[in-house]
Amino acid sequence: MITSELIREHNLSDEEYARILDILGREPNLLELGIFSAMWSEHCSYKSSRIHLKNFPTTGPRVIQGPGENAGVVDIGDGLAVVFKMESHNHPSFIEPYQGAATGVGGILRDVFTMGARPIASLNSLRFGRLDAPRMKHLVDGVVRGIAGYGNCIGIPTVGGETTFHRAYDGNILVNVMNLGLVRTGRIFRGRAEGTGNPVVYVGSKTGRDGIHGATMASEEFAVDEAQQKRPTVQVGDPFTEKLLMEACLELFETDAVVGIQDMGAAGLTSSSFEMAGRAGSGVEIDLSKVPVRETGMTPYEIMLSESQERMLLVARRERLDRVLAIFRKWELDAVEIGRVTDSGRVVLFFEGTIVADLPAAPLSDRAPVYDRPRAALAPAPGPVLWREEAEPSGYGDALRRLLASPNLAEKSWIWTQYDHMVQTNTVERPGGDAAVLRVKGTRKAIAMKSDVNPFFCALDPYRGGAIAVAEAARSVACTGARPLAITDCLNFGNPEKPEVMAQFEAAVRGIADACRALETPVVSGNVSFYNETGGRAIPPTPTVGLVGLLEDVEKRVRLPFRSEGDVVAMLGETRDELGGSEFLRVVRGRDEGPCPDVDLEAEKRLIELLVSLAENRRLASAHDVSDGGLAVALAECAMQGSIGARVELDSSVRPSALLFGETTGRAVISFTAGEESAVRSAAAARGVPFAVIGRLGGDRLRIEIAGRSLIDEPVEALASIWRSSFAHAIEAAAEVL
Amino acid sequence: MKFAIVVFPGSNCDADCHHVAKDLLGCEAEYVWHQDRDLKGADAVILPGGFAYGDYLRAGALARFSPVMESVAEFAKRGGAVLGICNGFQVLLEAKLLPGAMHINRGLRYVCRDVFLRVENDATPFTSLYEKGSVIKMPVGHTEGNYTAPPAVLEELSREGRVVFRYCDGEGHVVDSANPNGSVDAIAGISNRGGNVVGLMPHPDRCSESLLGNEAGIKMFQSAVAALATK
Repeated sequence: MITSELIREHNLSDEEYARILDILGREPNLLELGIFSAMWSEHCSYKSSRIHLKNFPTTGPRVIQGPGENAGVVDIGDGLAVVFKMESHNHPSFIEPYQGAATGVGGILRDVFTMGARPIASLNSLRFGRLDAPRMKHLVDGVVRGIAGYGNCIGIPTVGGETTFHRAYDGNILVNVMNLGLVRTGRIFRGRAEGTGNPVVYVGSKTGRDGIHGATMASEEFAVDEAQQKRPTVQVGDPFTEKLLMEACLELFETDAVVGIQDMGAAGLTSSSFEMAGRAGSGVEIDLSKVPVRETGMTPYEIMLSESQERMLLVARRERLDRVLAIFRKWELDAVEIGRVTDSGRVVLFFEGTIVADLPAAPLSDRAPVYDRPRAALAPAPGPVLWREEAEPSGYGDALRRLLASPNLAEKSWIWTQYDHMVQTNTVERPGGDAAVLRVKGTRKAIAMKSDVNPFFCALDPYRGGAIAVAEAARSVACTGARPLAITDCLNFGNPEKPEVMAQFEAAVRGIADACRALETPVVSGNVSFYNETGGRAIPPTPTVGLVGLLEDVEKRVRLPFRSEGDVVAMLGETRDELGGSEFLRVVRGRDEGPCPDVDLEAEKRLIELLVSLAENRRLASAHDVSDGGLAVALAECAMQGSIGARVELDSSVRPSALLFGETTGRAVISFTAGEESAVRSAAAARGVPFAVIGRLGGDRLRIEIAGRSLIDEPVEALASIWRSSFAHAIEAAAEVL
Repeated sequence: MKFAIVVFPGSNCDADCHHVAKDLLGCEAEYVWHQDRDLKGADAVILPGGFAYGDYLRAGALARFSPVMESVAEFAKRGGAVLGICNGFQVLLEAKLLPGAMHINRGLRYVCRDVFLRVENDATPFTSLYEKGSVIKMPVGHTEGNYTAPPAVLEELSREGRVVFRYCDGEGHVVDSANPNGSVDAIAGISNRGGNVVGLMPHPDRCSESLLGNEAGIKMFQSAVAALATK
């Protein structure tokens, strides 16, 4: 008997329950209710976001697989494709940072190798609260160790990422992990249960009682202090088992034995079985008594809803089943035939000889609720704000030093030296540059990848913030010389049932969609994470974008550091009088204020085309995107990483603080030998990109003059020492507040 | 010249070593699964980096029981050239093919970065193309690389010239700040008494081509080719 209390406990609304009754024509039993609850959770069904995600451009000449599968697939030529996706593990990481982050890595890896690809690189995009907020040092340490513990062990390099600290994340951190794999275009696998009579095979770890209702947990907001009570819903990862599972699957994919395969991720055996049958329009029969379990006495309910890690469901060709079992035996993993494919359109579950659930496969996905949730009007763009009239800072050099020391801008080697970023020996551009660059063995090509979003901009203006996230990621990738191809995303927002959150979501998605159209980078995969709230306070909208680009010739890549004495420094793009949302305002002025900088997508497209063509023609010695911290920080980064000084002269009507530290979009700093100047100038003119020579490299100081007045004159080594040591000092000095 | 590369469950630099031997040096290279005992007639055996058996219990503690290790021990006993890199070094220690043991790094964290090494012994089959006293840059990536051994063993290693690499600064000075893990005597790599078994924590496989910004490691593999191909 299903009571209204049970319905509530399963996070289903009365309307949703009525829909279940309508689909079944009868009352569900408890197991069936649990299955609906998991499949219709926000996490699995995208019920609040689906209507908006439809606006994303998802196709293009290189797109082999768009959203809807385990991961997106994009053709890179030479018979190869890249497979990539980003996912969040925010709630689990806040509850139990090591295991939460570790299993986040494990999950995204399975999404990629399920498609037949060998994962070659991961990125992570992390948002934490203030270092001295309660539990924060523990969270930072645990998340970094968790990502390292999993990724290092399995042997997939973590090659880059971004980390931001702000009080808005004190009660709800974000852990987004992206992975990219390589696959031969003819060997891509999908999650489809086809071929009546074919065996359904369970492989990998045994099923335990961990993570039951994890997907539902991820679809609720937390009350203050509730996080600790939720620990039993967090799964525990075993990277060694996943390594074996990955190698076994990749070996299996070289045979012709596999019909379809899917990771048992969120909602475990439930989502994998229903989705595989649903996609193929087939049915499956599964005997839950045959599922390998960790302990006796597990009920069908627990088996179907467990989120134990490192498990896969696959459908094999009947006559090749022996081959499948032999490969998993070699890798000492469980592989058990637990059922078969039918043509009934139903998922029928048996346990100890009786039918315990009998549900139609497709309607659980097709007829999942879709909501057009109410949206509030967004706050109007802020008008002129006080800082416009404020005095300029007393010392620009001092402001630069403070920015380089801020946890958001300081070098994060404390984090990335804990990650193996070199295994597989493809990392030609290590962490610390604009985008990570990985060569593709056996070809001349390389992949560039970058994750990006500026949540401060998104808080001020979610539409522009979303568009800027794509533009900035694309610009970073183009600075390496790679052509942006496609994106994945991880959309982190508050409670979608709140009209102001839904308004932010709709606007950010529109911004991303417009930018992807303008820059010709379709969205091929992604993830939505709602309910990022604790105690009723939502995080700032944080739509993380993971962008992948292609370099046709790895030898033509462009690096970030300034290179040689005498090289010419130039600025591409124009600086507007914008300080809103900047790190300068937050760090030096202590103010979170707007307006968000403007974004001109056509200008971004021209700039990207220019950067790619300059790299192609080998005109550049260095290139660096101008973003967080503005022009002065960008120049300092190029100088510090190149261990060389520069003398820069700017002339502009924009006031000095905005010129030096404003975060106007659409800009890059490049350098080249003097002999290339006219060629670069005419290339910029031909593409309509504003170009200005602003200085020359030489000496050991960074000097910046505006209209003849020296505003910054600092030894590069002194800046570098601040930049390199500040983050480690800050985290080691932070008090352990529990 | 043929390299055998042992693959334990959890090895993850096996393909990187294979790439150096086969694609960069043009040698024959064969993977040997840990359950096999046949080293396939190899001239040199590499135990690659990674996390054999997940480093569970202790790095290398379970891998030493793999059947292949009996063959590796016999091969080494006959004077065969064996190179253990990172996790492979840890396995050689656990298998007692090299003396000493590993503690967790003194920083208590995994560390992945470039370090400088001073070549202390250029007489092994894996270091003959280096010059004794020269300084090379090589990346490390490990959690348990803090080498230790009883005083008598350290004295013996030192007396017999069996310390192959020491951590140093860019100028070759052995200073504590250049030691990434706290290893005693700044030891980064050692050999057995015969010199034919060498283990080191840094990764020559990660710095063997200019595209990766550093070619210092390839000489370890080239040394083996020079020393063994003529045999």
